[in-house]
Amino acid sequence: MIPFNTMVVLCGTGLLGVVSGIIGSFAVLRRRALMGDALAHAALPGICLAFLILGERHLPALLLGALITGTVGVLVVTTLRHATRIKEDAAIGIVLSVFFGAGVVLLRVIQNMPSGNRAGLDHYIYGKAAGMVVQDVQWIGGVCLVVILAAVLLYKEFTLLSFDTAFAATLGWPTLRLDIVMMGLLVIVTVVGLPAVGVVMMAAMLIIPGASARFWTERLHVMLILAAVFGGLTGIVGTWLSATFSRLPAGPVIVLVAAAIFVVSMTFAPRRGILARTLSHVNLRRRTARQNLLRTMYELVERDLDARPAVTPAALTRLRAWTEPHARRLLAAGARVGLIERTSDGHFRLTDRGLLEAVGVVRTHRLWEMFLIEQAHIATDHVDRDADSIEHVLGADIIRDLEDRLVQLGRWPHGTARPPRSPHEIAVDGGVTP
Amino acid sequence: MTMNAAAVTSERPAMNRTSDSPGASQSAAPWPVEIHDMTVAYHRKPVLWDIDLAISRGHLTGIVGPNGAGKSTLIKAVLGLVPKASGRVTVYGKPYEQQRHLVGYVPQRESVDWDFPVSALDAVLMGRYGRLGWFRRPRKTDREAAMNALRQVGMADFAGRQIAQLSGGQQQRVFLARALVQEADIYFMDEPFAGVDAATEKAIVDLLRELKRTGRTVVAVHHDLQTVERYFDNVILLNMRVVAAGPVADVYTPMNLQNTYGGRLTILDEVAEAVRQAKPIR
Repeated sequence: MIPFNTMVVLCGTGLLGVVSGIIGSFAVLRRRALMGDALAHAALPGICLAFLILGERHLPALLLGALITGTVGVLVVTTLRHATRIKEDAAIGIVLSVFFGAGVVLLRVIQNMPSGNRAGLDHYIYGKAAGMVVQDVQWIGGVCLVVILAAVLLYKEFTLLSFDTAFAATLGWPTLRLDIVMMGLLVIVTVVGLPAVGVVMMAAMLIIPGASARFWTERLHVMLILAAVFGGLTGIVGTWLSATFSRLPAGPVIVLVAAAIFVVSMTFAPRRGILARTLSHVNLRRRTARQNLLRTMYELVERDLDARPAVTPAALTRLRAWTEPHARRLLAAGARVGLIERTSDGHFRLTDRGLLEAVGVVRTHRLWEMFLIEQAHIATDHVDRDADSIEHVLGADIIRDLEDRLVQLGRWPHGTARPPRSPHEIAVDGGVTP
Repeated sequence: MTMNAAAVTSERPAMNRTSDSPGASQSAAPWPVEIHDMTVAYHRKPVLWDIDLAISRGHLTGIVGPNGAGKSTLIKAVLGLVPKASGRVTVYGKPYEQQRHLVGYVPQRESVDWDFPVSALDAVLMGRYGRLGWFRRPRKTDREAAMNALRQVGMADFAGRQIAQLSGGQQQRVFLARALVQEADIYFMDEPFAGVDAATEKAIVDLLRELKRTGRTVVAVHHDLQTVERYFDNVILLNMRVVAAGPVADVYTPMNLQNTYGGRLTILDEVAEAVRQAKPIR
């Protein structure tokens, strides 16, 4: 049974993760991710000032202070960018460090005061989720509801604004005001997250769930839902870990959990993930190697196709820039998938299936060669190499299109089973045994 | 100002005003787009000087000029996307701000991040957002309009494809379809032919003719001097100012092209540089 207090805290950080994921996704898509970072850091002096003015730790007041200096920070970034030639990244760097520095100075001033030590304001740097009470969570919950509602209502408007602001403006949308609303939501989420996650780590909470979600989908609404789920998981698991292993600050642990989700997404996501991309690359290389082998085998025995003589690995090396061990490896790979068979005297021959596939490969190659000669005016003695790199990626519809064009030009026989002869010389000398 | 039935007119420079044609009786009807005394500056460096233009109805007008001549800026300033230092723009006689619904826009393809997670159909649907109003979601009729527009540009088979997985030409066609569903009367297009394949070029030309056939007015920035005469009825030769404007047959002359593309610094360039030097940016 989980203690009540822990439940409360887990609810709070879970909710926080959900809204950070949603609003952070838009920030990532709008390339505003670093703005969240500047904003969070700029909130620290506000928290300290609010405490200095009030003389006590009153959460809503501290967050109001954070809201004010955070907003000022954003405005300073915007002003620096518009009024001077300083670029946005530099402006963010300046605001982030200066405001954070001011915050740390104020923090030390407070700690030197008699009542300062008990205030526990230093938790705002790295976050202390365990400090949350029911009231805080109710508060966070309310803010989350408002933000989610706004994001759902303004989904269409935010999408348009994020994809193409100029177009949105020509449609008559008040892009500046929409942008301010979007930025305002970012400010609110950031400030609410500060007590639990801290100013240093809050940006990660905004950026990482959205960035992770993007790997899994090509649809915005799916991305937002995934980011909400990832954010929620991050908040709950991170808080639980930091509570279980005592004295671990919540913010950094939460960020590490988010990073774990990110690494998994980046690695294993279908299509966009590293693994999927590497695999498809390896597959292409393998297919290319196999097709090159089949074509070379075909060309070696083309004059006597019906007898289908066997060839030696050495014969392959004469047509291709392969070493003999490499040729043997390719042959072994071809034999494993049943395209090639080994004869009793240690030579190699295309199987029926191998011949069938080789015919297809050679057809494509010669179609493409012929097209290059006819349409791209590539010299006949160069065309073999130029054709090589492209032909392995041509789809069935492109091949059909190529054939139609060449048949029309009278450069390709209509409806033949076997491809016509190569437009260039293929020097076969020896290594072919019947 | 003398209204001019012929076509686009540049009101100010006398050199490119075509003589009034006999049937110049349409002066009562306002021009689809009129630009008065418009000057635009970036960082205090003027990029467009004192532009006066009237775009004629139901014609295809090309904007031609060298790099940095302000072709895109002209469109953006008309649409209020960059601030005007001076001047005003009217659409059918009323301020542009009141007439946005009549004006469609096809931005440069490079102006957006194509890795954005939406499908081609979603991107086209955005063209309907102007008429949808706050919080409203696209309805079935909007989706049908978007599908029809995709069909019209030969992209129906790619409706569900994520936009990053389209070729450059296909992306351009998505932008055109998005403008089509706006059902506007006047279209501004920024380099619609830039970097597209032959199939897309043909699709765009067909589309332009179709727009013209249905009485729409199109103004497009164009970079290919070879095709200006085939694709457009009128041409605006631009190099910071309007060098010439009017029917292609009248103003698309070697002399005007020389004046537009000529290598010499114009006096205006020098003035612009002097202004920039005298008032250093903040």
